[in-house]
Amino acid sequence: MAAMLQSFGVATASVGFSDHSTKLSGFSVHSLPVIRSEGRSISGPINGTRKTGKVITKAVAAQAESPASAASKPGHELLLFEALREGLEEEMDRDPRVCVMGEDVGHYGGSYKVTRGLAQKYGDLRVLDTPIAENSFTGMAVGAAMTGLRPIVEGMNMGFLLLAFNQISDNCGMLHYTSGGQFTIPTVIRGPGGVGRQLGAEHSQRLESYFQSIPGIQMVACSTPYNAKGLMKAAIRSENPVVLFEHVLLYNLKERIPDEEYVLNLEEAEMVRPGEHVTILTYSRMRYHVMQAAKTLVNKGYDPEVIDIRSLKPFDLHTIGNSVKKTHRVVIVEECMRTGGIGASLTAAINENFHDYLDAPIICLSSQDVPTPYAGTLEEWTVVQPPQIVAAVEQLCQ
Amino acid sequence: MAQLTRRSANLLKPFSASVSATRHLTTSDTTPITVETSLPFTGHKIEPPSRSVETTPKELLSFFRDMALMRRMEIAADSLYKAKLIRGFCHLYDGQEAVSVGMEAAITKKDCIITAYRDHCIFLGRGGTLLETFAELMGRKDGCSKGKGGSMHFYKKDSGFYGGHGIVGAQVPLGCGLAFAQKYSKDENVTFAMYGDGAANQGQLFEALNMSALWDLPAILVCENNHYGMGTAEWRAAKSPAYYKRGDYAPGLKVDGMDALAVKQACKFAKEHALKNGPIILEMDTYRYHGHSMSDPGSTYRTRDEISGIRQERDPIERIKKLILSHDLATEKELKDYEKEVRKEVDEAIAKAKECALPDSSELFTNVYKKGFGVESFGADRKELRAVLP
Repeated sequence: MAAMLQSFGVATASVGFSDHSTKLSGFSVHSLPVIRSEGRSISGPINGTRKTGKVITKAVAAQAESPASAASKPGHELLLFEALREGLEEEMDRDPRVCVMGEDVGHYGGSYKVTRGLAQKYGDLRVLDTPIAENSFTGMAVGAAMTGLRPIVEGMNMGFLLLAFNQISDNCGMLHYTSGGQFTIPTVIRGPGGVGRQLGAEHSQRLESYFQSIPGIQMVACSTPYNAKGLMKAAIRSENPVVLFEHVLLYNLKERIPDEEYVLNLEEAEMVRPGEHVTILTYSRMRYHVMQAAKTLVNKGYDPEVIDIRSLKPFDLHTIGNSVKKTHRVVIVEECMRTGGIGASLTAAINENFHDYLDAPIICLSSQDVPTPYAGTLEEWTVVQPPQIVAAVEQLCQ
Repeated sequence: MAQLTRRSANLLKPFSASVSATRHLTTSDTTPITVETSLPFTGHKIEPPSRSVETTPKELLSFFRDMALMRRMEIAADSLYKAKLIRGFCHLYDGQEAVSVGMEAAITKKDCIITAYRDHCIFLGRGGTLLETFAELMGRKDGCSKGKGGSMHFYKKDSGFYGGHGIVGAQVPLGCGLAFAQKYSKDENVTFAMYGDGAANQGQLFEALNMSALWDLPAILVCENNHYGMGTAEWRAAKSPAYYKRGDYAPGLKVDGMDALAVKQACKFAKEHALKNGPIILEMDTYRYHGHSMSDPGSTYRTRDEISGIRQERDPIERIKKLILSHDLATEKELKDYEKEVRKEVDEAIAKAKECALPDSSELFTNVYKKGFGVESFGADRKELRAVLP
């Protein structure tokens, strides 16, 4: 599904349809698709079919359109945070053991609105507002998971979860092993990370590089509403602890996603744009920088293959490998720091496994090894920008 | 006179068919006996329970049997460690047995217990076997954690024993999570989250207590105060060593942890309280004869006089022995014979554990992930079918 970008920035949510220019009002009637305006939560039947029925444009009863000629495309449009919420809600409906805990997830609705409306629907115990105590509420989630509950821990910002590192690494990751398989820890730890808009050093962290060595956890990064919902559902259903990395700047991406229920494979990478000349591996926000650079590259005559790796631990070496075998050149574009980042591990993995297929050394473009500065221009220079990606590909394909 | 009956194969394993002739220390006599605890309870923001504890000959004898087994097991572990059959860290519980048996007498296997690394005896109290214990300590595949956990990672899911944790204090938020799950499922059980006087200074304890009190979780925080946090005495580590008062808004009870009946009374009281009113802190005033672990002689920060003094005056097994003798439930000789039997039983378990196999090298990679939906870690040439969605 191609994502339609509203903006890169943390803009306010707005509703727009390519087919209709007027603003649509939301209806919560069973047979109608629920049109999403700011923060309105879904209330249609989850497991029933959501028909692509009438779309009412005016409050006054006008001539009803016939269902057949209604919305020309299947599915429904929504923003990424709504897709996360939809996935979450479907899973909470499906399994009463699924619960959410985090700061401001309940009554406030989540600082990024991912859990908006859920506390009203499921109650305060299932959507639990915790005090600001990451270490202990993550530990609490692990303890609850040991008995069979399936808690989802929300870190208001991924960076805050550093306080819970011991619980994530020792208890979440290792209990299945040290108990000889007696306990499974089906937790999901999720939250926004990454460099935002001048949020400052402590609120712009990329924790995937710190967590990647922890044995026993899986890590995935979502980048579009389609994969956000699918990965959220997959992570909740998985018996293993999964860390789901979201990005602060991607919450307002809009995309049309299927009405039918779908779950994605946690370990699979996504082929964004097939190509022949060079493999560009990326994830999360950098996918959009890569796609921007890809436009420029195509105009210059290159044919890049863009893969969103999605699964940060373990890597989908099957898809990546097939791509390397085809193109023989690899560029990795990531938002992690240079030192010890996901790109570093991926470079090593590709070199070890596909060395014979490479025509040139792997180029890994990462963020600079600096705390993210506040000043806008400096912040821009810490992350990889599309011109740098273009230059790297040109250099590689000489 | 107590009726001595042939004991059922509860603690004895099938291999010990040779141990048959000697009389075993059991009775089915349940006439109530009222005993006064050694010290009164001290309460913080709560009315402490009465000093009079109801017990029965059956219970007293079972206390003696269990504690004697635990004591013997720990001492045997000491020798095994010195013989280099147990490696790494080994934290022994001898001296503190009363806490484990007293707690077990007050609760069921549906209640959860979680503790730190001094967990061998608590595992035994929860229904673990000697063979599982020794096999795990020696790293054999028949251990309770398949040899992959070690001394600090004993677990028994089916009887509500959640471990076995190496990082000081990290188990208390987990314990509150267990209590959260109990409240979520509305199953009228409680969780005992145990920690030591050293861990009482961890911040996550207060975080967890705050949340438990906020949501009225049935969590009972049990501080096993043996007065030394590794090598540092409690007065050097804590400004306020009154750990039962540390809960502030949460009520607390100080208990003589060397008196199994006092522990039983306190745990019963705490369970009733926690089910109705939320968390409560129990401070068990206890003592460990060994050092912090086998790498610690235990004499550099305390005097041998102190250790032997406590052994003489407050030893938990001696106390139960005195009660048994004063109520004519068994003779001195019978008790001594029993202890010899226990020794034999432990030795047999060790012998059997020594014969157990080491884990297979393929076990290195099992139990890292749970296989299932989208979890197989494929290699570079993925030949396996993808998992089917559940």
